[in-house]
Amino acid sequence: MSAAASEDRVNDFVLKFANVNGTGSASANGLMLKTIFRMGVPVVGKNFFPSNIQGLPTWYEIRVTKDGHMARSGRVDVMVAMNPETYAKDIKEVSPGGFLLYDSSFSRPAVLSRDDVTTLGVPLAEICNREFQGVRARALMKNIVYAGVLAALLDLDLAVIRGLLAETYAKKPQLVDSNMKAIQLGYDFARASFACPLEVRVARRDLTAGRVMIDGNTAAALGCLYAGATVGAWYPITPSTSLMDAFKAFCDKYRTDPATSRKDFAIIQAEDELAAIGMVLGAAWNGARAFTPTSGPGISLMNEFLGLAYYAEIPAVLFDVQRVGPSTGMPTRTQQCDLLECAYASHGDTKHVLLFPADPAESFELSAQAFDLAERLQTPVFVMLDLDLGMNDWMVEELHWDDSRRPERGKVLGTDEVAALKQHFKRYLDPDGDGIPYRTLPGMGPKAAFFTRGSGHNKTGGYTEDAHEYQEVVDRLSAKFDTAKRLVPPAVTIGAPDGLLQGKPHEVGILSVGTCDGAVKEALAALAKDGVALDYLRVRGFPFGEEVERWLEQHRLVFVVEQNRDAQLKSLLTLETRVAKSTLRSILHYNGLPIPSSCIVEGVRKALATEAAA
Amino acid sequence: MSYIKKPKVHHPDLAPNAVGMVRRDYEGAMSTLCAGCGHDSITAAIIQACYELALPPQSVVKLSGIGCSSKTTAYFVSGGHGFNSVHGRMPSIATGANAANRGLRYIGVSGDGDSLSIGLGQLGHAIRRNVDMLYVLENNGVYGLTKGQFSASADVGSKSKKGEANQTTPIDPVLLALSLGATFVARSFSGDKAQLVPLLKAGFSHRGFALIDVISPCVTFNDHEGSTKSYAYTREHSEPVVATDYVAPQREIAVDYAPGTAVTVPMHDGSSVVLHKLRADYDPRDRAAAMAYVQRHAKRNEYVTGLIHLDEAGADMHAQNATSDTPLNALAYERLHPGAAGLAKLMARYR
Repeated sequence: MSAAASEDRVNDFVLKFANVNGTGSASANGLMLKTIFRMGVPVVGKNFFPSNIQGLPTWYEIRVTKDGHMARSGRVDVMVAMNPETYAKDIKEVSPGGFLLYDSSFSRPAVLSRDDVTTLGVPLAEICNREFQGVRARALMKNIVYAGVLAALLDLDLAVIRGLLAETYAKKPQLVDSNMKAIQLGYDFARASFACPLEVRVARRDLTAGRVMIDGNTAAALGCLYAGATVGAWYPITPSTSLMDAFKAFCDKYRTDPATSRKDFAIIQAEDELAAIGMVLGAAWNGARAFTPTSGPGISLMNEFLGLAYYAEIPAVLFDVQRVGPSTGMPTRTQQCDLLECAYASHGDTKHVLLFPADPAESFELSAQAFDLAERLQTPVFVMLDLDLGMNDWMVEELHWDDSRRPERGKVLGTDEVAALKQHFKRYLDPDGDGIPYRTLPGMGPKAAFFTRGSGHNKTGGYTEDAHEYQEVVDRLSAKFDTAKRLVPPAVTIGAPDGLLQGKPHEVGILSVGTCDGAVKEALAALAKDGVALDYLRVRGFPFGEEVERWLEQHRLVFVVEQNRDAQLKSLLTLETRVAKSTLRSILHYNGLPIPSSCIVEGVRKALATEAAA
Repeated sequence: MSYIKKPKVHHPDLAPNAVGMVRRDYEGAMSTLCAGCGHDSITAAIIQACYELALPPQSVVKLSGIGCSSKTTAYFVSGGHGFNSVHGRMPSIATGANAANRGLRYIGVSGDGDSLSIGLGQLGHAIRRNVDMLYVLENNGVYGLTKGQFSASADVGSKSKKGEANQTTPIDPVLLALSLGATFVARSFSGDKAQLVPLLKAGFSHRGFALIDVISPCVTFNDHEGSTKSYAYTREHSEPVVATDYVAPQREIAVDYAPGTAVTVPMHDGSSVVLHKLRADYDPRDRAAAMAYVQRHAKRNEYVTGLIHLDEAGADMHAQNATSDTPLNALAYERLHPGAAGLAKLMARYR
């Protein structure tokens, strides 16, 4: 028995599915994820899918993690190899001592042989051809049969599976029976053919109470709902599409009069991203809360309008669900590659407010906050998700809402203030000294009217080409951006354990962002075991607040962990904080897959070893 | 500049309209366009139309893109909010603004460069959505601010000031709008205020996208011999097919027309539009026939003018969406989400 196999692998292993896109495998794989979660064991689900509707290889990975890790582990203990085209690649990926499940209806290719991997052949096609009628049912049920096989191998609770199927097919109960039949066929075959359960298996625990499995796009859509956004404009683009799909579903449920079918919302599918952001600006200028979900290529197209929104000071909320660039890149793979694009989007001196959620719970919270910030600051606010966060289900605490919370609409003149206006309203004054002017909304009254323009304007809102008048306005915009530093959500920090420091000062840290969080935390724990004491700071907003400046000042060496090639977060830190460039050391992951903790552990170890040797 | 700034003094004889405003109350900032520019005449017509319609100034929302025409939103109705956005993208701003508040009147002013080149896509899609707005396309066939390049509406063979003949085929906004399903399509001439003012009033009253293509000669770059968008050429080649009378709500239709020559169309706001056919063979309610008619006359180098097509039954963007009557920007916050209890209940779905 190999070393890996001898470890306690109950509730601590990785299950991976290799499928063909468009064959219905997603529901079977999701069923496995949810079953384990309902058995009280934390899970991490990651979907690696192609930019394709049907026919290309697709993978789904479930990490079963009793310790509640949030990232990928980098290993594969059980591979469900359902795609002959990728057999060779898939078997290579299995960790020593692992298992490979495949369809033995067809002659087993020589590629499926490895001395240190146990292969488990199940005649899935044969079973389905015998038991089910029709080409489509036979193909679909193969997935459910392997789920049944896994139920036996991993000791999954069949009652939980039946319960989930009953929820899924609440409106088509006959499908519960046919699916359960397929589960049972696989289950019985496995019990008869293999020593079940395997040593890698699931044992019921109570570690998921009060938790939910939800994806970041759905959570962001809920944030939009609770923020009171009423206008959404968008152009479909992977991986942001499911955000608007979710928002529409919530609005259909909660914002449509059941008697009249009249809607308290407008979702407009625009002709392109240029129009989508234009619609958002038009709506927000007119006093509605409005947003657009998109991805990097969409932001590229929106650049022109973003400059207008910055300069004319119009609130807007954008969701950039980042995917791999440059250009079309890999639309179904993840990266954090739009930080610089969004921070400085558009020509001229422009700067934008960014928020960085790390998981769906924060995606919900920061999405709701984004609308407050956009209106308080009268500027576009970007919620920076990525494909990993947006499209994968994450285990988080149940989302909560505080009913006393009200939208912060910022400095909009009230009816009395408008009535008291003696002369035409002046748009761009700074009476409060925080760089934020007051605004009025169309329809408020003839004295409240002003003219919005992207051309040079003075502080009253009038057209200008005067050097002083121009500069006065852009200097105030700069002051407003300083105010934003105090309003964006503060960074989250975790100090190195005192025991590890042994009285030594905190001097080395990791600074990271967004979905690197899970991998960083797991890496911190792994490094702590080796006696490496690291502080951790995760930025949640841009511009960076004073707390980020202070933390940087306190550290001699800071590893900046992010998921792009060009160290964009590190660039932003060097541009926008007082930190010395030499303090920062990059650890980068940018192959399109979510960052695993091993990348960080190795990066830190290597750098510290080099430093010690020097 | 066409005129110096006038003091805001009202002559005692100026008659106030139903909301107590005189014509001067609908003016705006001083125009910075060239003296004699067609656009200034259109601005004057818009002011006249708003005055005659007795629109509360704050109910008028003025939107534009970039170009000479787009500047003009600053020159009328200073009591209404204005938004001079980016080149060719005004329709998306208008769409969003209208989505947020269906209770205001939206007027977009654009030009042939703004609408037919850089903004062709957005114009087309605003027409398709039937956004409830009046869209005035001030069409002079030339780029003024960048000094005289041909625009996409320049006719084949029309000559630039330097004598070059345009070779690319023109985009006719009227035909474009008709083919995309526009519910109100008109053409007029900046020099014909008698025709233009009723068209603007009807366009304001129309629920849905009202396009008025106004030939508006550029006195500086496109008013010479050989241009097909000069004052002289446009006067000679205008072919009015339908005379439009706008009848305010609760007013009697006073004019008598010969039987079979006039059609009265009730508008959503209670007003009526009387379409008086100047050509017996023309029916402004027949889209296909209107397109054929416009194309036939274009071949003869004639601009068909008047209210070319009207379909008051078309569903506008809000009707298509079944949006609530209360403007979306005025909905009570409590109405927009199911609260803490609703979220707690929803969480069951994700367990």
